[in-house]
Amino acid sequence: MTERVRITHPRTTAARSVPPRPPTREIDELTVLGELYLESLLRSQRRIAFGVCAATIGLLVTVAVAVSAWDVVGRITVFGIQLPWVLVGCAIYPALGAIGYVAVRLAERNERAFAALMHQR
Amino acid sequence: MTPDVWAITGVALVTVLTVAAGSLGMRRARTTGDFYVASRAVTPRWNAAAVSGEYLSAASFLGIAGLVLTYGFDMLWYPVGYTAGYLVLLALVAAPLRRSGAYTLPDFAHLRLGSGPVRRTSSLLVVLIGWLYLVPQLQGASLTLSAQVGAPRWAGGLLVCVVVLIAVASGGMRSITFAQAVQYWVKLTALLIPAVVLGTAWHARHDRLPGPAHTGWVQPLGSGVEHPLYATLSLILAICLGTMGLPHVLVRFYTNPDGRDTRRTALIVIGLLSVFYQLPTLFGVFGHRYLPDLAGSRLADATVLLLPERMLPGLPGQLLGALVTAGAFAAFLSTASGLTVSVAGVLSQDVWGGLRRRDERIRRFRSAAVVSIAVPYVLSLAGARVSLAAMVGLAFALAACTFCPLLVLGIWWRGLTDVGALAGLVLGGLLAGTAVLVTLLRSPHGGWTGTLLAQPAAWIVPLTFAVMIVGSLITRSRVPADVGRVLIRLHAPESMSADLPSLGRSAR
Repeated sequence: MTERVRITHPRTTAARSVPPRPPTREIDELTVLGELYLESLLRSQRRIAFGVCAATIGLLVTVAVAVSAWDVVGRITVFGIQLPWVLVGCAIYPALGAIGYVAVRLAERNERAFAALMHQR
Repeated sequence: MTPDVWAITGVALVTVLTVAAGSLGMRRARTTGDFYVASRAVTPRWNAAAVSGEYLSAASFLGIAGLVLTYGFDMLWYPVGYTAGYLVLLALVAAPLRRSGAYTLPDFAHLRLGSGPVRRTSSLLVVLIGWLYLVPQLQGASLTLSAQVGAPRWAGGLLVCVVVLIAVASGGMRSITFAQAVQYWVKLTALLIPAVVLGTAWHARHDRLPGPAHTGWVQPLGSGVEHPLYATLSLILAICLGTMGLPHVLVRFYTNPDGRDTRRTALIVIGLLSVFYQLPTLFGVFGHRYLPDLAGSRLADATVLLLPERMLPGLPGQLLGALVTAGAFAAFLSTASGLTVSVAGVLSQDVWGGLRRRDERIRRFRSAAVVSIAVPYVLSLAGARVSLAAMVGLAFALAACTFCPLLVLGIWWRGLTDVGALAGLVLGGLLAGTAVLVTLLRSPHGGWTGTLLAQPAAWIVPLTFAVMIVGSLITRSRVPADVGRVLIRLHAPESMSADLPSLGRSAR
């Protein structure tokens, strides 16, 4: 038979005076961690966003320059309409829509990857 | 029946439709959230139709055809810019702005920078842009009623004011969501049916288009405007970048439930606008052939209205004319009500704010709506020196010169400070505002000065960006301490919001 031992903490009041875990601490930790991830999310989303803008500007400028070569392009006709009118009046719109579609796809894929990364943690 | 009766019937139908949709919403609008943002539960398809319905204003419905008739090829860039603006908005601001959870642009500025002066400057700019955009809507309404029905020149604008106030004050944004979505289809039908009929009539005549045109009209940069290359580029820039700063467009994206849906909404909007914008161009080309006397005159804005009767005299032309008139009224009503809600929202929150009780706030919102539309109505009576589309273009330019840099830097750059943002907003606002005033009030300038003032975006937008960036770098110590938390909130998908800290400084 072993002797019965009473285990107590000698400095009861001191132990109690340790402040309880602050409820905001989880949030702060998450924010610090989140900021690391944020930087990568922000960078990849920024690349998509400005890439889409560059593609849009590129499309508009290309078409504008192309139709300014009127002597060449103006002679071509599509269904009896001169090509520049077809390009700027109609054909440019589906191209804008296609850029938009790609933009939505890329941004959503990025977000899914980010969410998966955060949940893996 | 006389043509007047048909046109009046058309206008009356659209008016009744708008008021009915408004009172339908009244039964359901219960909270401030209902009034401002339809409690954020609108699906992308509905919202895209509503955004398009709200966006297709007098400038799109009437103005573009008049410009194409007068100036020819270069004006095709107007609708391209109007559409491309949504692509830029989709890429740069749609989802982050929705995730910010703010109702208005001033709310966003406050949330991101925590600064009262930036917030108040943004509020002032929202009101100015809204009024600048409302004036041509009301002028378009007056023009339509006097051209089609022979009404006095103040009547059309007044009718729009009254109907908008009834619809807005009774139902707020929720009623407007339904009304706006319907208005898109009304506007599309009102141009599509006449376009098909007139196209068939033209085909039957074996006429050649564009008819006896001078070669400049068909060609790029041949419009006869001074410095056409600069003017075209600056215009495209203003419209592309200004779309994201239009208060009535932005507030509508807040009605989507989450950021992903706002992107999808913007994408559908691009599709809907692409379909619609085929039609004003067609009317402009036909107008150039059959209404050549309108070129350059004040009535050029009425091309769409006058064309059916000119091409098809008799009852068919009258009926089509009435249909187009009704569609035009749908355009004025939808855009004007959207603008009125946004301006009234900002006025009631930031200018006369500070009320706690809900019923008081809603009453305040209603009286703010009266002010929001009465001021531009009075201004619209003064008469216009520029065409509808050009005036709307100036509103876009003001938005591009101020809110575009604020939004782009605020969403994508950690380093933006309140001082930098304020300096940029004030400088961009003052320069663009001066350019707008000079263009509207003085007789047309010749040479580069006039061109730079009439198309100010190309030189003011880069300047505003530069001032905001340099100002922020100089005052680097003032970068908000919670910038990381705000940016997480803006960019992280909503599916993770449970994991994320809530923002201490909520929008409202």
